[in-house]
Amino acid sequence: MEQSPVSRRRRSLMQGAGAAAALGTLGFPAIVRSQSEAIRIGHLTPRTGFLGPVGEYAVMGINLAVEEINADGGVMGRKIELIAEDSVNPQTASTKAERLIERDKVSAIIGEISSASGLAIAQVAQRNRTLFFNTGCNSDDLRGKSCNRYMFHTEAANTMYVNACGQALLRDGMVKGKKWYSLTADYAFGHDLLKVAKRFMTAHGGEFAADELVATDTTDFSPYMLKIRNAKPDIVVSNLAGNQITVFMKQYIEFGLPFPVVGFAFDTALAWGAGKGNVLGTWPLVWSHEVKTPAARKFTEAFTRKYGRPPENQAWGDYLSAKHLVQAMNELKSTDSTKIAEYLEKGAKFDVLKTREGYYRNWDHQLMQEMYTIRFKPTAEVKDRWDLFTMSAPVPPANQSLEVIAPTREENNCTMPA
Amino acid sequence: MMLIPILEQVLNGLLAGAYYLLIALGLSLIFSLGGLVNLAHGAFYALGAYFAVKLADHIGFGGAFVLSPVLVALIGLLVERFLFRRFYREDPALGLLLTFGLAMVAEQALRLVFGAAPLPFSIPEALKGQVLAGDFIYSRYRLTMLAVAVAAVAALWYLLQRTPFGRVVRAGVQNPDMVAALGISLAPYMSSVVAISVALAALAGVLLAPITGVHPAMGAEILTASFVVVVIGGLGSFWGVVYAALIVGVVRGLTAYFFPPAAEASMYLLMLVVLLFRPRGLFGERIVRFE
Repeated sequence: MEQSPVSRRRRSLMQGAGAAAALGTLGFPAIVRSQSEAIRIGHLTPRTGFLGPVGEYAVMGINLAVEEINADGGVMGRKIELIAEDSVNPQTASTKAERLIERDKVSAIIGEISSASGLAIAQVAQRNRTLFFNTGCNSDDLRGKSCNRYMFHTEAANTMYVNACGQALLRDGMVKGKKWYSLTADYAFGHDLLKVAKRFMTAHGGEFAADELVATDTTDFSPYMLKIRNAKPDIVVSNLAGNQITVFMKQYIEFGLPFPVVGFAFDTALAWGAGKGNVLGTWPLVWSHEVKTPAARKFTEAFTRKYGRPPENQAWGDYLSAKHLVQAMNELKSTDSTKIAEYLEKGAKFDVLKTREGYYRNWDHQLMQEMYTIRFKPTAEVKDRWDLFTMSAPVPPANQSLEVIAPTREENNCTMPA
Repeated sequence: MMLIPILEQVLNGLLAGAYYLLIALGLSLIFSLGGLVNLAHGAFYALGAYFAVKLADHIGFGGAFVLSPVLVALIGLLVERFLFRRFYREDPALGLLLTFGLAMVAEQALRLVFGAAPLPFSIPEALKGQVLAGDFIYSRYRLTMLAVAVAAVAALWYLLQRTPFGRVVRAGVQNPDMVAALGISLAPYMSSVVAISVALAALAGVLLAPITGVHPAMGAEILTASFVVVVIGGLGSFWGVVYAALIVGVVRGLTAYFFPPAAEASMYLLMLVVLLFRPRGLFGERIVRFE
């Protein structure tokens, strides 16, 4: 990273303080000119803890987006100023969101990966009528029971992940009559995903064998490996998250268990962190640098130039959200959260760096978009440390509506609070 | 048959306990002799793992296995000489603040240099695969790890119990003033103890790097569990720490079998119970100056 957001923030605070002091001595009213000019955007995401590896890419993605936006002349002639912080946990995320809105007067908050923290930020955003773009929380619950008018989801919902991967499983005959055994991350996201996974597997004739809730800081999966080995399931399903996935794959291969592995949530960084020879299974993915549309290539090239490695799906989410927000602001000539929310609800189309354009669905604010599944290459075919997997064609195929993989109103109803 | 899976978990737990052991023994040593609760101990473990990943590219896993703990021991010597040494006789809270700060600085430094994403690292080819004994399965790599851990613990035991060096260290644990009155300076012993302790932590880092995630927070992750082992075992007791590590491993394995959501929490519950009945830990010695 050429300039960390923290230092940028500190510098801007110091400049602000210095400017205020100078103005004070001259007797001007205490309005700092630069503040009224820049449009501030808050960015919150976990940068430490078990989601930290993914959060790092989120920060890189949003920094690149802001840099590009400002290079293009900003929004209505005003620059974007990013205030980015580590969201840590739900309590801290809530406090920081509050402070970003009340003290720093941000026009919108972008980010988050943990569904628990995402809910905390969403509540603050709703109370203060400020936009929140969720870039990494998968829980259906955030789009359903906990939905609100100011929260929009660039990240796909658990149901979309399960359906995307599910298509591949159905095609390969890995659901009907098959005994499945799952490991689930023991927090809001995992519980939500397990519910969705059960709904899908049951609907298609899968037989639930057992589920293990796994603490997020687990570093030794050996007790679970022994249990899985004794249970002899037909498939092993991962509803894990963050570092858990890296460790799970490494130790599953270490124990040499023979059952096929399927996952219902995934981030590329976790495979890169395990490395060649330590990865296995079929997983869903919201985006990867292997997508070759012109806009996706441009993003991948710019990102690789800036950071010396390809973008990860989380970098895509935060980059994209900033671009969508700015596009809406430019279109409306306004930074008003309520107006932007109305604009998005009317079904405005956006480039999502995939084959088809996407739109935010009006009743639950979910970005409708294509998904992918990935499989890992045999180690002999791996070219470098970023080249670990092959990606499927987009799901759903071009002749089907994007809505077929998304949760229905019956599955996940949302009533927006006033 | 319920019994075989349970036996499997017990055995696996005993083996898993060895992971905490290398770190817990060092923690216990530094505290016993210096009165310093080293919250930065996990950072040395993480450093060991990172050095292993970086060194293995050039000198292979075997070379990294030797060199990484040596490098970390050298860093430990510097940290002891310029930081720890000032705090042995101070209020324990100051030492806590120092090492807590150090742990944060180390974690953030790793993040700045290597990034937050885990670094890929694999089991060396020769140690891949599984060992089957009847119904029981175990990874060949973990068995090798266990052998290394047992050897390290045995060597440490010999050093402390059977050498002149160990006698001075043990005397220093019990009564540093008397050792000083006999004209023996504990300073060089303290340096050695810190170097050995952090080298053991680094060794654990090298050993675990292939099977767990190598990421900046890995030190913080393992530190809490290791502390629990030290507290359960009792301060100042070599075998107490060893037994506690094995017990924690077994309890965790059994909880994972019967009630998985509580697997990680089980060791804290165990600590609570032990502290209720034996505030000094299972085998804790009465050390006059800490009473």
